Amino acid sequence: MAMQTSSGDSTAALRAVAARHETLLLAILVISLAALATQSDRFLTGENILNQGRLMAEVALVALPMTFIIITAGIDLSVGSVLGLSAIVLGVSWKNLGLPLELAMVVAVLTGTAAGFANGWFITRIKVPPLIMTLATLALFRGLAEGISQARSVRGYPEWFFMLGQGEVLGVPTQLWILVVAIAVSWVVLSRTTFGRSLYAIGHNETAARFSGIPVDRYKLAIYTYSGFMAGLAGVIFVSRVSTTRSDMGTGLELDVIAAVVLGGTSIFGGVGTITGTVIGFVLIQLLKNGLAITGVKGDATIVVIGTVLILSILITNFVQRRRGGDT
Amino acid sequence: MNWKAVSLAAGAAILTSQAFAAGHRWDGADELDVNPLACDGGAGMVAAKPYDGGQPTGAPDLAGQPITLVDVPKLIGIGYFAATTLGMQQAAEELGNVTVSTDGPTEANIDDQITFIDNYITQGVNGILFAANDPVAIAPVLNKALDRGIHVVGYDANSTPDAREWFVNQAEFNGIAKAMMDSIVEEIGEDGSFAIVTSTFTTPNQARWIAEMWAYTEQCYPQLEWLETVEAQEDNILSFNQASTLINKYGEDLDGLFGMTSVATPASAEAVTQAGLCGEVAVVGLATPNAMKPYVNADCVKSVVLWNPVDLGYAAVHVIRAVVDGNLEPGADRVEAGRLGSLQIVNGSEVLLGPPFIYNKDNVNDFDF
Repeated sequence: MAMQTSSGDSTAALRAVAARHETLLLAILVISLAALATQSDRFLTGENILNQGRLMAEVALVALPMTFIIITAGIDLSVGSVLGLSAIVLGVSWKNLGLPLELAMVVAVLTGTAAGFANGWFITRIKVPPLIMTLATLALFRGLAEGISQARSVRGYPEWFFMLGQGEVLGVPTQLWILVVAIAVSWVVLSRTTFGRSLYAIGHNETAARFSGIPVDRYKLAIYTYSGFMAGLAGVIFVSRVSTTRSDMGTGLELDVIAAVVLGGTSIFGGVGTITGTVIGFVLIQLLKNGLAITGVKGDATIVVIGTVLILSILITNFVQRRRGGDT
Repeated sequence: MNWKAVSLAAGAAILTSQAFAAGHRWDGADELDVNPLACDGGAGMVAAKPYDGGQPTGAPDLAGQPITLVDVPKLIGIGYFAATTLGMQQAAEELGNVTVSTDGPTEANIDDQITFIDNYITQGVNGILFAANDPVAIAPVLNKALDRGIHVVGYDANSTPDAREWFVNQAEFNGIAKAMMDSIVEEIGEDGSFAIVTSTFTTPNQARWIAEMWAYTEQCYPQLEWLETVEAQEDNILSFNQASTLINKYGEDLDGLFGMTSVATPASAEAVTQAGLCGEVAVVGLATPNAMKPYVNADCVKSVVLWNPVDLGYAAVHVIRAVVDGNLEPGADRVEAGRLGSLQIVNGSEVLLGPPFIYNKDNVNDFDF
């Protein structure tokens, strides 16, 4: 095919498309912010925006590795269950096994990481398609969480632990700092390293990537493990924010995360996507939800608006991509 | 493959902690203190407890003035909370100076519920009614509401007491236990025998009810014979199979079945129906009217124990109005709630809706949830 001859050009072109999508999203974001701000004077306040940052941190953290995964044309449906499992491990290892809470936090994040590694291992070694594998572990990890917790909540965490999820550092919610660091690292890794570039190559054409000497399996294993790590971290933050551990935590998280990533312009078919897009994606969804709620739109209508925005953005991206394809 | 069951088994194996230290209490009961009600229906021992609810800071004085309330139930779109919403609208209409709107997540998700409440705090309302998906998780956001001078009253599912002012308690464990035992004795007599289909031995509410039922029986119906408690998760097929097994196992010796969950009760009724034993084996249990209508209308089930969610929502609005008007203050022992009359205050800061509601052939068709 013609595309094959000038792969440099075509990636440049696709990057331009992605950039266009982000510009477009940013425009939507600004317009909706302005529109909502005229409807309520309680929306565009520093306090409300920071508060929204607190509420969206878990989805946002998990959306970063999800961007990597979807760029390789993969998917991780198990993130919500991994979050739940890590949360339960945190509670149980602290309360029932008597570990110091600091150590229990590490164990919880490691559990998430191990769960992600297991996903990646089966996907790369046993060649189970990501959709099937993570659909299975979506059920498996949730079941484990329910079994280990015996359907009981763990409560009564010490005051210092709430610093992470409810506290502030320099007037900004603690988890937002963590999120900012995670965004920066993910952005650098994806756009400034060979590893990041390889992920696009894998997403475009995995076989070609393999023959070009890219260690496809090792990279895939790494990103699914990263996904588990982030879900584990988000789990710990979530427990700290809501001050309790329950086995149903994070149910449905995967859909919010995937929605944010896809809205951010990452193609579900792989090969296209940026961290910037994902960041705009989850900020837009969170602020739309919040803004609509504050201006008096009910919950069920809000979901409809979010769904509509998602479909529109994908339609526009497709349209732009097709035109772009026609030009070259 | 039932992953849930597999991992439950695995989890149970890992954590065989103090769960089997039961001893003197019946299978499926917990080990917490019990407080059985008097056999004759008199009030139980109510230990006077000082007010332990929270207080809003700097709430504006809106006595007698219109107020705007928001109701955030566990989830919306199910019959049960549609019924509480209906009760709230009835109360609002009757009072005339209350506007209440119901909004909440479409799934019973703690995170979504917190976000909803948070948004309403930002938007600004005079009062929040809630049914918590988790008592502890919801506490920080409710405390935030109290800090902003917003009145907070819970119903159906409580939060930690200091995160709200009052909680409208639909039924106490000992009240449900009494209603369950009295209902079955009415059918099988004081010397009958029965078995229980529950969710799991450790499910908190069910374990609490069974413990209270055991305590109430020891005090009031010592002749009753307890046969067995079986676990059926909250699984329709499993509940049916477990009930059928009990029927086959005990044959003539089985006079009654208790369903402890809204799944186990209709499944037990179905098992009795299919065994052709309607009238021979009584079924009593906790369930929603819609699930039980076929069996109640076919005279296979005589009493279904629950509370009336319409009254529950109705009472919640009256309680918050009374708080705003200064008619319900810490230390009070009763509160007026319109058509429900005067409701008792229990446990420091809970308003008791009254004895459980028994759905039977006369009234079950009036409800739709």
